[in-house]
Amino acid sequence: MTGTSPHTAPRWAIWLPLALFLAFVVLVLIGLLRPADRNVTSALVGKPMPAFNLPPALPARPGLDSKILANGKPHLVNIFASWCVPCRVEAPQLGVLAARGVPIEGISVRDSTENLQAFLEENGDPFQRIGADDDGKVQLALGSSGVPETYVVDGKGTIIYQHIGEIRPEHVEMLLEKLKEASR
Amino acid sequence: MRNLAAAISTIVLLVVAPVASAQEEQSTAPYAYRQLDDEKAERKAQDLMESLRCLQCQGQSIADSDAPIAGSMRSLVRERIAAGEKPEEIRSWLIERYGDYVSYAPRVTGLTWPLFAVPGFLLLLAFLLLRRRFAGPGRGDRS
Repeated sequence: MTGTSPHTAPRWAIWLPLALFLAFVVLVLIGLLRPADRNVTSALVGKPMPAFNLPPALPARPGLDSKILANGKPHLVNIFASWCVPCRVEAPQLGVLAARGVPIEGISVRDSTENLQAFLEENGDPFQRIGADDDGKVQLALGSSGVPETYVVDGKGTIIYQHIGEIRPEHVEMLLEKLKEASR
Repeated sequence: MRNLAAAISTIVLLVVAPVASAQEEQSTAPYAYRQLDDEKAERKAQDLMESLRCLQCQGQSIADSDAPIAGSMRSLVRERIAAGEKPEEIRSWLIERYGDYVSYAPRVTGLTWPLFAVPGFLLLLAFLLLRRRFAGPGRGDRS
């Protein structure tokens, strides 16, 4: 192939590299200004709660058996730990939810009885049951990637919703709404 | 002498106390920081751990990460390998819970098939273009 090709390129083609470059810049800007959501959501939403049976985390409180979640009433399952700072932030909101009659079950991850006791004395104790997930295995079984996380479970034991991160005051009504949906 | 002892105990407390309180977060799962005794099984577990994503420090594999949840995941992998489970079964178990994101080994799905198809397509395209270029005069080249 020597010389020019039989067809000369149309005039607008000279702008093509610049247009491609600008498109690339726009793509980068979108990525910078609107970073992707890095939360790893559980793929179990809409599916039944995996079966587990956790021993009591406190001597005077029952542990958590997943069977209790299918007792016909919707529950909140809160995954927390005394060493987790956002868990302190969400404690008042859990208190509000408990005061409004929501059954809240706790799963304490990689915790010790003394620390847990001190945490509950300091931040309030909304839990009906607390299961001790000392090696974090139940957390993995639930598809949870951190603390705190809160699952809305309906009366048949199906996971309806997963809330990642701390429950802030503005989330309380939304969670009550999800619980109402779950009781239908 | 007494002052010295007090000073030393203060220093010891200052150094040890934060470590002790931070330790609570570390995974207490049995095989988080312990290899399997069976060398072959450990190698299998290691291979799998290197291709699973830590959910907390997301750029790292669970073999590289020191996050507590990665410790729990390592222990889960090793215990299941030791119990005779196949690595791919464990990977599927985790994908069932966390989605494809947890695995560094992409699967062919309705969404990912172009990843696997595009290289083949490009090779084919290159082959066709080059064939035209290297073809004898009178076939591809009209000048």
